[in-house]
Amino acid sequence: MITVLNQGIYCSIQDLGRKGFANIGVPISGVMDATSAKLGNQLLNNDLNEAVLEIAFGGVELQFDEDTIVCLTGADFSPKINGIRIEMNAVIKIKKSQTITFGKRNYGVRTYLSVFGGIQAKEILSSKSFYKEISEGIILQKGDAVPCKTLKGQTKQTYSKIKVDERHFSTNGIRCFKGPEFELLTKTQQAQLFGAEFIISNDNNRVGYQLNEPIENTLKPILTSGVLPGTVQLTPSGKLIILMRDCQVTGGYPRVLQVSEESINRLSQKTTHDKILFVLK
Amino acid sequence: MPNYILSYKSFGENAILIEWPKEISDAVLQDIVGFKNKIHKNIKLQDVIIGYNSILLVYEFVIEKSEHKIVILKKLYLQKEKSESVLDHHWVIPVCYDLEFGMDLEQLSKEKKCSTNEIIQLHSQTMYTVFFVGFLPGFLYLGGLNSILYSPRKATPRLRVPKGAVAIGGEQTGVYPNQSSGGWNIIGNSPISFFDVEKEVPCFAKTGDKITFKSISLNEHKEITEAVNNNEYKMQPVL
Repeated sequence: MITVLNQGIYCSIQDLGRKGFANIGVPISGVMDATSAKLGNQLLNNDLNEAVLEIAFGGVELQFDEDTIVCLTGADFSPKINGIRIEMNAVIKIKKSQTITFGKRNYGVRTYLSVFGGIQAKEILSSKSFYKEISEGIILQKGDAVPCKTLKGQTKQTYSKIKVDERHFSTNGIRCFKGPEFELLTKTQQAQLFGAEFIISNDNNRVGYQLNEPIENTLKPILTSGVLPGTVQLTPSGKLIILMRDCQVTGGYPRVLQVSEESINRLSQKTTHDKILFVLK
Repeated sequence: MPNYILSYKSFGENAILIEWPKEISDAVLQDIVGFKNKIHKNIKLQDVIIGYNSILLVYEFVIEKSEHKIVILKKLYLQKEKSESVLDHHWVIPVCYDLEFGMDLEQLSKEKKCSTNEIIQLHSQTMYTVFFVGFLPGFLYLGGLNSILYSPRKATPRLRVPKGAVAIGGEQTGVYPNQSSGGWNIIGNSPISFFDVEKEVPCFAKTGDKITFKSISLNEHKEITEAVNNNEYKMQPVL
């Protein structure tokens, strides 16, 4: 078990998502930054789809009730075990009754905590990912106990550690493809998309990121049609919304761009006031 | 069956969007469903998302050459195949139109200059078609609303539309499967469950099914709610 002593800002259980239920309106969900989450599972020799804790903006305090090994990937919020700083992107031994806390932010937004054998949450519609009305919880709360496995017997020393590409967190380039309605834009509108940086508004979360700078919009709504994480919608006000993992399955706004999977992961490590630049693939 | 001129577009790294002419009609829907069934039989996909005039095919892996996939799809569309038509069900949805639930019914009655009873009749005498499920898990996009009842969405959406709210938004009508924010005009409430992860089939309806609404009393609403909560209410299609 892992007991939540402090729930922080937004901590949820996620795996690689709930695939195959879009036909009944169920969002995909899953880890926002799949690159970082997979890395943690990889270092622990877990299946890549094992559930992890997604911790946005640090702040959580977690007490372990088992001896096990863990790995922290993604955003660096100065993690500590019982007050002693531990490394990111490394396999770390943790003992029963020790606690993990977070401190100052060094880079990124979302930290992934993977544990040996994966977080043992209830699987609903083929996924353990939290989502309103589907999973039992939306975020982890103080006092929650999250089941995980005990590492028995072989406490073989492990030194697995990896250096991550810091550009994953620092680059402002967001690679994308033309969306289905891209060609309906005028040349001027198309140029506006790529000509300057956009600033992420404070309206950004697991559902989508709205950008501050509006572009000229003369497009009519479309007949409601499928959307995906990474779809960039042009809203009537001219503001752009980049849909993220918890987005609806259909929408009525023109889809002007589609962000690449890798860039969705990078965007997940950005937040309010961060700048991005769309780059056409 | 009419063959339409379809457009095929690559959509990101692992999806292809197929589009029909821009219209909302039963004929286009039939064609979409026919093609979707052929696709299901022949191609393994992660997700298939239907819209009013589109199918979004989400592949399990990154598509290396979308032109190849599109050639295969185009051939498949033209293939004369005895489509084993999937049975479309007709579901009768109980709705209580009492003013206790239908909080916008009186306003609507003023705007339309017809009695609340007439509105209820117009709403419950129509056979609706399920176009697709989107917006929220279990939210059915229905076609067929009587044009007299067309009514613009509220300028300011309500933060909390109750679960089961039956509402009209623009040229559409639908039922909120769970509490959510929403800007549609609420005219009643259905006690049945449109989305339940505990069930083997979480959402009973599918694209192509027919829906009618049946007016029930406050008492019946209460009884059905209890039966639903005790897991004693089972939706049965009428054929």
